[in-house]
Amino acid sequence: MTDLGNRVADRAAARPRHFWTIPRRDALVGYLLISPQLAGSALFVLLPLGLVVYFSLQEWNVLAGTFEFVGGENYAKLLADPNMGQVLTSTALFSVGLVVLNLALALILAILLDQRLRGTTFFRTLFFSPVLVSLVAWTIVWQFLLQQDGGINGLLGAAGVDGPNWLRGETTALLSVVVVQVVKNVGLNMVLFLAALQGVPRQLYEAAQLDGAGAWTRFLRITVPLISPTILLTSIITVVGSLQVFAQIAVLTQGGPGMSTTVLVYYLYQQAFQFRHLGYGATLSVLLFLIVAALTLLQWRLRRRWVFHES
Amino acid sequence: MKAPLAALALAALLTVTACGGGEAPAAQGPQPLRMSIWTSNEAHLKLFKEIAAEYRKSHPQVGEITFDPIPFENYTTTLTTQIAGGNAPDLAWILENSAPDFVGSGALVPLKSKVENAAELVPAATRLWERDGELYAYPFSTSPFGVFVNTDLVKAAGQKAPRELIKAGQWDWEHANEINKAVAAKGKNGLTILNFDYKAWDNLATVWQGWGAKAWSDDGGTCQFNAPEMVEAMTFMHKAIFTDKSMPGPGTAVDFFSGDTAMAVAQISRAAMLKDATFKWDLVPLPAGPKGEYAVIGQAGIGVLKKSPRAAQAADFLAYFTNSANSAKLAAYFPPARTSLLTADTMAKTSPLLNGDQLQKVVIDGIEKGVVKPSHKGQAELAQTARAALDPLWKPDADVKAVLDGVCAKIQPLLGG
Repeated sequence: MTDLGNRVADRAAARPRHFWTIPRRDALVGYLLISPQLAGSALFVLLPLGLVVYFSLQEWNVLAGTFEFVGGENYAKLLADPNMGQVLTSTALFSVGLVVLNLALALILAILLDQRLRGTTFFRTLFFSPVLVSLVAWTIVWQFLLQQDGGINGLLGAAGVDGPNWLRGETTALLSVVVVQVVKNVGLNMVLFLAALQGVPRQLYEAAQLDGAGAWTRFLRITVPLISPTILLTSIITVVGSLQVFAQIAVLTQGGPGMSTTVLVYYLYQQAFQFRHLGYGATLSVLLFLIVAALTLLQWRLRRRWVFHES
Repeated sequence: MKAPLAALALAALLTVTACGGGEAPAAQGPQPLRMSIWTSNEAHLKLFKEIAAEYRKSHPQVGEITFDPIPFENYTTTLTTQIAGGNAPDLAWILENSAPDFVGSGALVPLKSKVENAAELVPAATRLWERDGELYAYPFSTSPFGVFVNTDLVKAAGQKAPRELIKAGQWDWEHANEINKAVAAKGKNGLTILNFDYKAWDNLATVWQGWGAKAWSDDGGTCQFNAPEMVEAMTFMHKAIFTDKSMPGPGTAVDFFSGDTAMAVAQISRAAMLKDATFKWDLVPLPAGPKGEYAVIGQAGIGVLKKSPRAAQAADFLAYFTNSANSAKLAAYFPPARTSLLTADTMAKTSPLLNGDQLQKVVIDGIEKGVVKPSHKGQAELAQTARAALDPLWKPDADVKAVLDGVCAKIQPLLGG
C-alpha cells in the first residue's frame, strides 16, 4: 500500500496541480457507483422512516380525506391504550419462545449434521428446504394440519391421544404460530451454525480430549466460545425477525383467540389498516422501531462480554 | 473521465425512473373506469361486463371499464388501503357493515339526482345509504338470508325435508337442529353459517333475530349482547355446536357447495355457486325462532368516490348500471330495491336457478320484513373487539352469560355510551 501510495504521490507531484487529483477522481467514481443504491435507500428506507414519525403526529382520516396535526395525542393514546399490556405480553412470549426454540433446535441440528455420517447431505437439504418455500403457502398448509380434524390430530389420534383444537386455545395457538415459524426458518440458522462449527479447529478438541475433557465440557469450553460470533448474529436476526412476524398470524389466527396472538406488528396492522387509525398505527410503528433498535443495540453491547472473538 | 460520466448518467437515469414512475398520462382520449367489487364469480362478472360494453357503445368517451374483485374477507381493509395509497377506484361496492363509515365521512358523491327513478326505491333498502335526505350509494343488492338445503343429505339421514316442515308449520330452529343432528351423526356436517367461521359474528344475526336479540340498541348507544334474548339465542347455538354437534365446531373446514354439509345460511346471491351442483338442493326461509318468523337482510351499495378524477362519468355509468332495465338483469343474483321489479313473476324471468316459490318466500317476503345485519360507525374496531371478547364462548365449557357480559364490557366504550 505504502509503495503504491508513494508512486501515486510522485506522479501527482510531477504534473501541474489541478482539482481533479486521482484520489478525488477515485472518490467521485466510488460515490457515483454507490449513488443508485444510496438513492434507493433514501427513497425507500429513510424517507418512509421519516414519514412514519411525521404521520404519528397527525390524525389522518382516509375516508373523509382529512389530515390534521395533533401533536403528541397519538403518543398519549399509546400510553393509555388498555390493549397495550396484552399486546406487549403476547409479543414478548412469542419472541422469547421463538428465539429460544429456534436457536436451540438450529444448534442441535447443526451439531448432529456436523458428524461425518452417511445421509447428512440429505438431512441438511431436508431441514433447509422449508426456508425456500413461499411463506403464505407454507402457513396455509399448516393451517390445514392444525385444524381440529387436521393432520396433526389425525396422527395423535392414531397414537391414541386426543389432540387439542390447536388454533382455538390461547396457549396452543401461540405455541402453534411459534412452531410453524421455527420449522420454517430453523434451516437458515442451522446452516450458519454448521458453517461456524466447521470452522472450529479439530486439534482443539483432540487436545482437550487428551486432557480428559468430556463431550459436554468440550462443547461448553470450546464449541460455544468459538462459535459465539455466529450465536450473536443468529440471535440478532432471529429476535428482529420474531418482532416482524405477520403473515403467519394473519393466516393462522388473525390475532385470536381473544388477543392471545395479537403481537405488536399485527396490532399495528389492525389499527392502521382495519380500524383506519393511520396516525395511531404510525405511532405503534415508531414504538416497534424503538424496541427493535434497543434490542439490537443491547445485543451489540453485550457481545463484548460474551463473544469470544470476531473474525 | 469516461467512467464517472457513465456512472453519473446511470445514477441520474435510475433516480429519474424511480421518482417518475407514478405519473398519470395527461387526460386525453377515452378515460377508463374501475369498480372494486367483492365477487369474483364468473356469472356475476360476465353480466357486469355485458352491461359495461352496452354503456360504452353509447359513450365513446369512456375507455375500458374494469371490475376489480377483492376477496370478501379483507374487502373493506383493502379498499380503504387503496384509497389511502392514492389508488382509489372510481366506483366501489360497499358492504353494509362499513356503510355508516363511508356515508358519514363524506367520501362519496351524492347520487339522488343521478339515479333513474329514485322514488321507486324501497325505503328499507335506502335507509342505510342516506344522510340528510341525500343518497350516497345505490342500494345495489338487498339480499335476504335464506337456508340452502342439501336435500340428498337430509334424505339419507332419514329426515323430513325442510319444505315438508314448512307445509306442516314446523319449520323452526328446534326442528332444523334435529335434522342437522341426524346428518352430523352420519359423519357429515349439519348447519353452517356462511362467512361466520367463528370470527365474523355479525352473520349470527341470522339466528339470534329469531329470539328477538340485538347486538346493540336501535340508537347504537347501548350494548345488548348480555340481554336475556341474546343469552338464550347464544345458549341455543352453543348447545348445537358442542352438545348436539349439529353445527361444525371452530377450526373445521366446511364447504356447503362441495356437498358435505346439510344446510347453509347464506344470501341468495350464492345460488350462482350451485349452478353445477352434483346434489339436489332447495332454498327455504330462515327457520322460525321463539319470537316467530323473521328475516335478515344483508346489503351492499355502490358508491362513487369523491377522490376519483372521473367522478361525474362514474356517477353517470352507475346510473346506467342500475337503471330499471339493467336492475332487472342483475336481479338474477342481486335482489333489486326497485318496487316495480319486486314481484315473483319479474324476478323469475331472470333467476334461472330459483323457482317462483323460493323467490316469493325468501326474497320478496324477506325484503319486506327483513332486519339489516348490525352495522355501526367504527364497525371494524367494534367487530374486532367483540370478536376477541366472544372467543371464550367457542369452548365446550363456556359460561354463556359471563362471556356475553364480557363482550358488553369491552364494546360499550366504543359504542360511545
